[in-house]
Amino acid sequence: MKTLINLESIRTAGLGLVDRRRLGEVSSVGVAERSVMICGGTGCASSDAMQIVDAFIQEVSSQGIEDKVEIVRTGCFGLCELGPVVIIYPDEVFYSRVSLEDVAEIVEEHLLKGQFVERLVYQQSMENGVIKPLHDVDFFRKQKRIALRNCGTIDPEEINEYIAVSGYQALHKVLTKMQPADVVREVREAGLRGRGGGGFPTGIKWETAAKQQNAHKYVICNADEGDPGAFMDRSILEGDPHSVLEGMALAGYAIGADHGFIYLRAEYPIAVKRVQIAIKQAREYGLLGEDLFGSGFSFDVSIRLGAGAFVCGEETALMNSIEGRRGMPNPKPPFPAVSGLWGKPTVINNVETLANVPIILLQGADWYAGIGTEKSKGTKVFALGGKVVNTGLVEVPMGITLRDVIYEIGGGIPGGKAFKAVQTGGPSGGCLTSEHLDRQIDYDTLLSLGSMMGSGGMLVMDEETCMVDVARYYLDFTRDESCGKCAPCRIGTKRLLEILDKITEGKGTLQDLDKLEELSEQIKAASLCGLGQTAPNPVLSTLKYFRDEYIAHVIDKKCPSGVCRSLLTYYIEAEKCRGCGLCARKCPSNAITGKLKEPYVIDLQACIKCGICFESCKFTAIYKS
Amino acid sequence: MEDTCCCQGEQSNERLDKVKEVIEQFRMLQGALIPVLHEIQDIFGYLPEEALRIVSSELDMPMAEIYGVATFYSFFSLEPKGEHVIRVCMGTACYIKGAQAVLDRLSQELNIPVQGTTPDGKFTLDATRCLGACGLAPVMTIGEKVFGRLTPKEIPKILKQMRTPVEAH
Repeated sequence: MKTLINLESIRTAGLGLVDRRRLGEVSSVGVAERSVMICGGTGCASSDAMQIVDAFIQEVSSQGIEDKVEIVRTGCFGLCELGPVVIIYPDEVFYSRVSLEDVAEIVEEHLLKGQFVERLVYQQSMENGVIKPLHDVDFFRKQKRIALRNCGTIDPEEINEYIAVSGYQALHKVLTKMQPADVVREVREAGLRGRGGGGFPTGIKWETAAKQQNAHKYVICNADEGDPGAFMDRSILEGDPHSVLEGMALAGYAIGADHGFIYLRAEYPIAVKRVQIAIKQAREYGLLGEDLFGSGFSFDVSIRLGAGAFVCGEETALMNSIEGRRGMPNPKPPFPAVSGLWGKPTVINNVETLANVPIILLQGADWYAGIGTEKSKGTKVFALGGKVVNTGLVEVPMGITLRDVIYEIGGGIPGGKAFKAVQTGGPSGGCLTSEHLDRQIDYDTLLSLGSMMGSGGMLVMDEETCMVDVARYYLDFTRDESCGKCAPCRIGTKRLLEILDKITEGKGTLQDLDKLEELSEQIKAASLCGLGQTAPNPVLSTLKYFRDEYIAHVIDKKCPSGVCRSLLTYYIEAEKCRGCGLCARKCPSNAITGKLKEPYVIDLQACIKCGICFESCKFTAIYKS
Repeated sequence: MEDTCCCQGEQSNERLDKVKEVIEQFRMLQGALIPVLHEIQDIFGYLPEEALRIVSSELDMPMAEIYGVATFYSFFSLEPKGEHVIRVCMGTACYIKGAQAVLDRLSQELNIPVQGTTPDGKFTLDATRCLGACGLAPVMTIGEKVFGRLTPKEIPKILKQMRTPVEAH
């Protein structure tokens, strides 16, 4: 078992080294040496990042500089678009889209000669041929990393690195100096609200569970991130699993629980592996298990794998799944904090919420409450995606505007296209328009605009996105993921989808728009759980802000964005067609005919609108309308 | 990954023995069914009926309840999968960047519907929820390999590569 003295010595030994790797915190320790940080998040790992780690280790050792250079496989840096990403400290040089073949060159030029490999340097970090410090790059400048504080800075598979960044210090402080009630008060005063989407005050949830008289209580970490387009929970578990374990132990102490479960998606193999390693290491160090720090408090954590059911993100459904049943929700009350897993008081918190807990207890409620807006404290991690230049993971203080996130951090819309909408909150959220770009992001503002924070997906859409199709897409998702227990959700989402299908096929009527609204309101009011209660949000918000697009589909039978296939027609422009015949050869339905070197023609009756001709034409002679 | 076919005979018996081992390992765990199903799917690549029968008798649980759970979760499959499982991400980021066109193209090239397996057992086509690699959208995976920033145009070439037998290592 490790004592505080052990922790301190591990921390001081690693301190200078890890500080050097933090954005904007260049330490004077060991400046002649270098740290090569390679992102090992899912995005980068899927494009050979792991092989790049091995290649660096091999290359550095064959050059005989392994004692000068540390190679660290880290969690997500955020800029997934540019993966695989390699950052070299203390120079703060950001290499993007590094391939295996580039490794030798980076080692030779940068590590041996101190010259940057300019062609691989992330363009936005260069100004007039000079490399800017990374924290001055637009993508990072307006961010504030609290939940992601260690992602991209430490090796997630090495507990000593977490300890080096003050890991498990909060647990020590709390177990030796604070009463459970003090912990609850601190979290309540910090103003932390649930980051899974609902925004319920964490301290109040803990307080309710702490008040229950029961020999057994549980803490559950909800890592069943199923929102399409959201991956912050996965990235935190991959990049900094110990902070979540520490947060769980702190919650356990606060409410009097001795066991915790991490309910994690089986579809996230890297996260599963890293959490397993973290639990094993924490047990070996005595930071999980019996009698932590000799305080008499015992707490252990086990993993339960989800199996691909979106509804399991709903807390009562999740508990049913841990108990070995279908993941279907129960009516509330009783709330889990009163009667949860196996009937015991249970606190369920999302990954990001728990990752915030250790640093709140270490730095204090006042520090945390000083960040954000009046009613939404702290920061929020967003998975920024869709039609935006810098896609990736960003963490911003509450109260920042959508414009700052999309244009300053996200770099705007690629290809000179116009911004159309931003979707927040995944299938539970709604679409906002350019009118809302200057509104600040917090729980209450987003709700008042008809969207929500949700788990933090932020999808940017440009003029080529059809909003009716987007609504249809989300309804297809929720209809598919509805567990079927309650009729408003099971039948209602199906009917909503049918109407949306009808509209995108050009068969809709104006009455259908009224039906959509009426049905949506009923589903929201009558569904059992959050899935059904929020499923109509994408429909309602698109109807509110993009009614003209619905009207164009219904009245004019046109899809203004050119997405809805039934409403599209492909033509060949005779003047541009060189008669190469490629389209006719590719066409799967033999709908294109013509003679070589003469303009070809599409038979609109036979055309199945697959768009293969459109993609294959080398002379942009085919257009759709 | 070469063991994904539904072999009969000795190999199959060995695997059924493994099922018993797995059940022993989890027997004392509260809510053991889902972890047991995960392990069985790891062994066979899907959930074969005979393995589920063992679970039913060993854990003293009706088959109806086991099927109820197995069919509820999309991660579990009652059918054997093809040699290569192609999963096209249909997360929002991928969808608005054209994943549907990629999926359609695959379905067309392989001549199977989504969730179908080719008659030669070579490919299974699945649409999947967010793979969490939104920066690379649109994305698909074939086995462990990830293909990012896809266009439908690339599909025939990728399938051709997968069809070409790789020399044994």
